[in-house]
Amino acid sequence: MLSALLVMAAIAIALGAVLGFAAIKFHVEGNPLVEKIDAVLPQTQCGQCGFPGCKPYATAIAEGVADINLCPPGGEEGIHKLADLLGVDFKPFGGDTTPKPKAVAFIDENNCIGCTLCIQACPVDAIVGAAKQMHTIIAAECTGCELCVAPCPVDCIDMVKIAENISNWKWKYPVYALTPSK
Amino acid sequence: MRTLYPFHGGIHPASNKAQSNHKPIAQAALPSRLVIPLHQHVGNSAKPVVEIGQCVLKGQIIGAPEGHVSSAVHAPTSGVIAAIDMQPVAHPSGIPDLCITLIPDGNDEWIAREPCDDWKALAHTDLRHRLRAAGVVGLGGAAFPSDMKLYAHKHKIKTLVLNGAECEPYITCDDLLMRERAAEILQGAEIMCALLYAEEVLIGIEDNKPEAIAAMRAAVLDGKYERMEVVAVPTIYPGGGAKQLIRVLTGIEVAAGVRSTNLGVQCFNVGTAYSTWRAIRHGEPLISRIVTVTGNVGQPQNFEALLGTPVNELVAQAEQLPDTRGYIMGGPMMGIRLPSAQVGVIKATNCLIAMSDSLFPPALPALPCIRCTRCVDVCPAELQPQELFWFAQSKNLLKAQEYHLFDCIECGACSYVCPSNIPLVEYYRFAKSEIWAQETSKKAADAARERHEYREQRIEREKQEKAEKLAAKEKAALDAKAQKSASPPPTPLPPAGEGASVSDAPVDADPEDTMHLKIQAAIDHAKQQAAGSKPGNTEQLTPQQQAEIAEIDARRTRIRELALSSVNEHTKE
Repeated sequence: MLSALLVMAAIAIALGAVLGFAAIKFHVEGNPLVEKIDAVLPQTQCGQCGFPGCKPYATAIAEGVADINLCPPGGEEGIHKLADLLGVDFKPFGGDTTPKPKAVAFIDENNCIGCTLCIQACPVDAIVGAAKQMHTIIAAECTGCELCVAPCPVDCIDMVKIAENISNWKWKYPVYALTPSK
Repeated sequence: MRTLYPFHGGIHPASNKAQSNHKPIAQAALPSRLVIPLHQHVGNSAKPVVEIGQCVLKGQIIGAPEGHVSSAVHAPTSGVIAAIDMQPVAHPSGIPDLCITLIPDGNDEWIAREPCDDWKALAHTDLRHRLRAAGVVGLGGAAFPSDMKLYAHKHKIKTLVLNGAECEPYITCDDLLMRERAAEILQGAEIMCALLYAEEVLIGIEDNKPEAIAAMRAAVLDGKYERMEVVAVPTIYPGGGAKQLIRVLTGIEVAAGVRSTNLGVQCFNVGTAYSTWRAIRHGEPLISRIVTVTGNVGQPQNFEALLGTPVNELVAQAEQLPDTRGYIMGGPMMGIRLPSAQVGVIKATNCLIAMSDSLFPPALPALPCIRCTRCVDVCPAELQPQELFWFAQSKNLLKAQEYHLFDCIECGACSYVCPSNIPLVEYYRFAKSEIWAQETSKKAADAARERHEYREQRIEREKQEKAEKLAAKEKAALDAKAQKSASPPPTPLPPAGEGASVSDAPVDADPEDTMHLKIQAAIDHAKQQAAGSKPGNTEQLTPQQQAEIAEIDARRTRIRELALSSVNEHTKE
């Protein structure tokens, strides 16, 4: 009886030691799930989800604080991806959040007064300019987050939809009219 | 006799080549205008280097290559630049692109050319540079800049394959070119061979073109090209695909994601070899090409047409029949429907087919896939087309990629045999472009993430630096004070009434007191500055202005008195 107890206790201690060692040796810094979620998010850093950027939103999802249907720039496709990743059901956008067509900001350079407020608002440093100098958007780097539109004191920033051209054109999904058989 | 290696699958559609291959190549009439797109090749668009209203000569550069992968565009004849604007182009989207419109003056006057009698004396870099400047691109359909392919730095190229297979129905432009200009094709191949340091040149021609094979063989004998061999390959579609032809001629299977150059083979169209010769020997840029005009026309024929010739003007020369309802550029298997009859001929236009309902009846309605796997039997890339269709239809793009969607050459053999009339290739094209779009947005997202993280770091760093600076400043001030109090300054204290200075503060004063003194010092400093500065524009004032100023000053003093009295009252309370 006693020997059995001792053997079991010894095994438990040995296994506990192995587990403890493994926990230290293979310790993962941070939550790896956050990185995975962040990789799916569109990185517009627009804050439309209610969090100050994509990483904070990813963290909130990982902690179970936020829903997966709060990211309009990601579109429904993004929700599908998040649902797949997290093993939860797809959820449509709620209420007034709807995805918009992709756009880039455009500064009307005749009206720009060079106040630098938009430069400070841009989350990806996509605006060039200096105090009292005209500002301009680097269109290739603009994520279309619209964060620069509100701070502009002279309302000279517009969001311009990205028009379809030869280089971004996509083949359409084949659609054929069905004719009833006679 | 060379051993040939058959590839998997393939089909035998009606060739329809006899209509257009019995007449010699005709020179197309000078059109009323030329619409020349600046993006006729793989890579970046050429940059326009002419102005509206400018007179240009034949062969003058009008679009300069931009960036690494790009090609030049030239004026096909002399005339005036009428417009540089967005026009419909030969692209399946129908979206307009930047084009230069040239109105020919009828003189067809050449610009000064730079012919070269002995190209062997030229350096290889010079040859490549000349090809790039001459706008030579692959004429088989892909339009990839040829100078980029004529490198043999990384891999030893053993075999240069010249593609004269021309497997698509209706098209006969390479056939006629080989019949009529065999010697020049081989001379071009000689240049390519030298640039690639290739050991042998294999010219693959399908055995339904006996005249072309005979002409090329005669030219090889005439030119005493020991390293060149004309090989008749079996007629089977798509035997003219680069991978398929390489397989047939050399037995080398070009695996997924591998370039044929890695395996020592490079492939060019016979038309490209011809253009290479014209560009190097005669200094002629690529301004025209052979185009088969066939289908619903009275006189199907091959024309040597200037690039930019509007399709309707070219087809009219082959006596277009009245019930034509559109045009295909390329062959019926892989070609595209042209969005407009006014688009210009481009470097990739090998064939124009006028469509009529009798020749090309409308597609039958697609029925469900019955999994007969006939598509598997004919697929030259040995894919599982029915699975790919399944995944593309359900937009399961990841799975489609797993099943090697990108090995599909879009030859259309699967759609051709499908008993359910499913437009399979259209599904594959859809899936491919979706995947490309996703990859582009993924790249953009990664770039945005990097920029955002960098920005966050920068802001954090700036904050830290500011805090450190402030701390250092305060520490310095405290140190200075400590020094002063430890050894009293030799100079006498400033006279009273000049305002207290920071140095007057005792070291052991509590921080709030120090702060107070600091503020006082700042106020004094500001006062001194204000006293030192004078209001500008005080001279040469009209009496009226002076009166106004006096009034304002009076008001200010009154306000100040009022404010002071109220403060005093407050302090009394």
